[in-house]
Parts: sequence; C-alpha cells; structure tokens
Amino acid sequence: MPPGGADTAEPIRAIRLKHPGRIVFAAVLLLMLALFVIDAAQREAYGWDNLAKYIFDKRISQAALNTLLLTIYSMAIAIVLGVVLSVMRLSDNPVVKGVAWLYLWVFRGTPVYVQLAFWGLIATIYSTIDIGIPFMEPWLSFETKNVIDVFWLAVIGLALNEAAYMAEIVRAGILSVDKGQEEAATALGMGWLLTMRRVVLPQAMRIIIPPTGNEVISMLKTTSLVAAVPFSFDLYGRARDIAVEIFDPVPLLLVASAWYLLFTSILMIGQYFLERRFSRGVGQARDTRRVGTATDVIPTVTGSVTTADKAEGDGR
Amino acid sequence: MTGTPTSEVPMVHADRVSKSFGSLEVLKSISLTVNRGEVLCLVGPSGSGKSTFLRCINHLERVDAGRLIVDGELIGYVERGDRLYEMHPREAARQRRDIGMVFQRFNLFPHMTAVENVAEAPIRVKGMKKDDAYARARELLARVGLASRADAYPAHLSGGQQQRVAIARALAMEPKLMLFDEPTSALDPELVGEVLQVMKQLAESGMTMIVVTHEMGFAREVADSLVFMDGGVVVESGDPREVLSNPQHQRTRSFLSKVL
Ligand SMILES: Nc1ncnc2c1ncn2[C@@H]1O[C@H](COP(=O)(O)OP(=O)(O)OP(=O)(O)O)[C@@H](O)[C@H]1O
Ligand SMILES: [Mg+2]
Repeated sequence: MPPGGADTAEPIRAIRLKHPGRIVFAAVLLLMLALFVIDAAQREAYGWDNLAKYIFDKRISQAALNTLLLTIYSMAIAIVLGVVLSVMRLSDNPVVKGVAWLYLWVFRGTPVYVQLAFWGLIATIYSTIDIGIPFMEPWLSFETKNVIDVFWLAVIGLALNEAAYMAEIVRAGILSVDKGQEEAATALGMGWLLTMRRVVLPQAMRIIIPPTGNEVISMLKTTSLVAAVPFSFDLYGRARDIAVEIFDPVPLLLVASAWYLLFTSILMIGQYFLERRFSRGVGQARDTRRVGTATDVIPTVTGSVTTADKAEGDGR
Repeated sequence: MTGTPTSEVPMVHADRVSKSFGSLEVLKSISLTVNRGEVLCLVGPSGSGKSTFLRCINHLERVDAGRLIVDGELIGYVERGDRLYEMHPREAARQRRDIGMVFQRFNLFPHMTAVENVAEAPIRVKGMKKDDAYARARELLARVGLASRADAYPAHLSGGQQQRVAIARALAMEPKLMLFDEPTSALDPELVGEVLQVMKQLAESGMTMIVVTHEMGFAREVADSLVFMDGGVVVESGDPREVLSNPQHQRTRSFLSKVL
C-alpha cells in the first residue's frame, strides 16, 4: 500500500459534527456533582477527620493485605478446581460427569454466605479428623480446630464456591475450540488428557481470561462476606470493628471502599493487559495475515487515512 | 509401483464395513484392499460417505459391521476366540500413531508455530527428545518446501503452506499409512498445485495412501486404483485411467461429467 502516489485522493478534512446536547448534559452533571461535594464536605456524619486518621491505619492496611490474600488464595484454588471440574463435565465417563454435575448443583444452588457459615461450623460438626480404616481405632487423629484456622476455612469456603462458577467459564472456553483440533490431536495418537492439556485448553484461554478477570474482581468484594465464618480480619470486618470502637460508622465505610476501589482499579488494569495478550491473532481464519489486532489501527477521526495505513505497515 | 508379493498382507483391508448414524446408513458393506506402497483415490458425490470411511480407518468413528484391518491388525476391536472386545482408548491411540491423517481444513494447532506443530506428537506421544524432534521437524518442513517458514504461526501461512505443514505433522509420526480427506478442497485454485506436488512426491517415496479428492488429474497421474463411491456403496473401482476414460456405470458417468 504505497501512500501518496500521484493519483491518490487527498485525505478527508471535514468539519467535525457538533453535539451541543452532550455539552449541556455534562455541564448539568458537573454542577450537581459540585453541589454534592460541597455539601458532603460540610456534613458531620461523613467524619472526614476520622477518615484521614484511619485510611492508612496499621490495622486497616493489615486487613487490606488479608483481603488480598483471601482473594488470591481462593481464586488460585478455584481456577485449578474449576479446570478439573469442567474437564470432568466434558468427560465420556458418566460417573466422573455425574460427580461434577452434583458439585455444581450444590455449590451454585446455595448462597455463598450460607456455605461460609457451614465451613465455620465444620469444627463443630466434625470435631476430630481420623485417618485409618473406618470403624477401627484410627492411626492418626486431629482436633479439627487445631489443624485449620478460620482464615483457611474462609479460603476454602470462597474457593469451593467460586470453583463451580469457574468450571462453567472454563467449559465455555473449551467448547469454543474448534472440534477439528481435538480430532487432529486424536489422529496423531494423542490421548484425551494430553489433547486437553496441550491443544484444547491453551486455545480456550482466550475465551476464559476475560470472565476470569471479572471473577477475580468479584471475588475481592465477596471476601467481605467472610464474617459468616466468622473471620473478621479482612478489610470490611476490620473497618466495622473500628467503627464500633469509635462510634463512627460512615468514615470507616469510606475507608474500606477506598481500599476496595484501589484494588479493583489495579485488577482492571491488569485484566486489560492480559486480555490484549491473549487475544493476539491466533485464529485459524485464512485471511488473518495481519500481525496486530484490527483495533490497533483504527484511524482516528482527525487523522488522515493514509497515516493509519502507514502505521499498520510499520507495525509489521 | 505394486511390485509387492501377493502373499504379503495388504496395508488396508476393508471387509464389508458398514456404519450408520442413527437410522442413516452411511456406509453399506464397503470392501476394498490397498496394498503396500499403493495410492488409492476415493471419489464420489458429497454425502456418499468418503470422509466417514476414512475416519473409520483410524477409528475416529467405530464401524457397526464388518472388519477393518490395517497391516494385519484389526482396528478398534480385539478379537479373542470368536468374541470381539472394545479396545481400550490407549490401544486405539497406539493404532492411530501409525496412521497419518490430513484434513480438508488443515486443523493445525494455531497456538504453535509450524515446527512446534510438527514436533508436538513425536515429543508427547513417542517421548522423543526435544532437540531430536525439532531437528527432525525442520527436516520434514524442508521436505515439503517450508524450511524458511518453520517458525511462523499457522495464521501467518497461506492455505497451501498450512496444508503442507499438516502433511509434515502427520509424517512426523512415521506412519505406515496416510489418509487425506479432500486436502485441497479448501484451497484457492492457485495453491492446489503445491500441495498435490508434495503428495505426489510422497507417493513416489513409496507411502501407502488413501486420498479422497476431486482432483481427477492427480488420480489419473498418481493413483494405482480409483474407487467411486455413491450412497455408501462402492459403485465402481479399478485402474484410474480405465475408470476415468471408460466408466461402466451410469452413476459414475454422471458424476465424472460434473467434476471433469
Ligand atoms: N457425526 C455424524 N452424525 C450424523 N451424521 C453424520 C455424521 N457424520 C457424517 N454424517 C452423515 O453421513 C453422510 C456421509 O458423510 P461424509 O462426511 O462421510 O460424506 P462425504 O462423502 O465425505 O461428503 P463430502 O464430499 O461432502 O465431504 C452425510 O449424509 C452426513 O450428513
Ligand atoms: Mg467429506
């Protein structure tokens, strides 16, 4: 595509269309926001002094770390378990399939809050863990509440619930992969598991990553439910406790919200880059010979078409 | 090319093979034999069961009746006494290793480069050492004229190049039999020749091949025998030049008049 030959038409420089409605609407919104901010700044209930005092409080930042750890651990377990469950659901073996179906039925059919409360009671229901032959003297016996603390109970509760949702996401990803891929691998003598691991799952990633990013963000917020276990060293639990201590709930809600917002913002940025990475042209369409994705080279309204073409050419 | 002694077991022996999908009978008692080093071209109208027959040969589909025997070994079942037992998937996979298959839509693994596509199965299935497998994969790619494109992803290759990579990928398992299911039907006309050229070389090197194709020129030039299928039965078979120039059956004649 050689730009600027003698007979190329000159780039279009049109006067941009005006949208007066938008400007008016934006002005009204800005005005309302300003009013709200001025009003809020003067209201006692927001307790701005307490907000400033507690936003970087040691207990709060420690709790924020706990919330982050809860999110990371439970998501990590949920992803692994979700992959296993989805592969089980797609298996030919009716027993394996049935087990996966049952799991999904139970864990998606009950509220996560209730499940967390159950995990909290596990030490009451099963006070000892015995290892050995049933109905015989156990070889090893533990007091349940000594082996596992509430933090890990919270992680287990969140992870097992999330795994059911991850399984559906992974399944959708697997089903999106062309049937011919599995067939080609099978024809090469690759077994079913090997085919899944080497051929199908890597391609399913493109479909799996974006909703998984959403799940991570959603999980970060769901961790505030661990009060059901009860685990109270997470961000929201800690903020609530301090609020009770100083009889001032609103600023601590704002403190917690600010931290949650910070984390979700970081995660959203991360998700953006992950998505870009995994959506890179790996499609099998015959006409995808372009290196970048099409959206990389959409010409801007003001720029001329020839510069956009050049940018694409340089990208190769 | 068929200088093999008749006492030797044929590479493929189909004995009254039948296959149905539900109530639809797709293959009706197909019998045919392919000897070692022979090239058999399978032609017929759409829906006549050509693909299904190929897929039965490497047990991607199971046959309902009859026997498929490749290199003296029954495909998909184990015969003990006078009973047939379903084969364990591991065994079926072992049988497939020796049978290469090339698809109409290439089915290359899009997340792997050409050389990775070719080396994948030797490494994972045969347990070949990585370095050896890659060296061999590059050799094979050179053989199909793609030495310089070895590190390209399938999406950056033309259809003809992709199909040649697919052929190299199948050859990497050192199969004794190659199945081609309309290998050039998805290609732009100007790319057909390069793929047929590779297949011709392969035939000349002594590979046993079953090729489903509409390329009658290839059949005439390369095939040792030609089978015309319609409605799940073998209508006519024989020397390709004979069948193509002097078809005996009305159905063969009307089909050939459409594709020639
Ligand atoms: N998995 C399946 N389930 C049900 N019917 C099938 C299946 N696979 C193939 N068929 C049917 O079997 C018949 C034969 O199909 P097949 O693909 O073998 O034909 P073909 O000769 O290869 O045709 P084409 O030239 O179009 O590729 C068709 O009517 C098809 O609809
Ligand atoms: Mg077909």
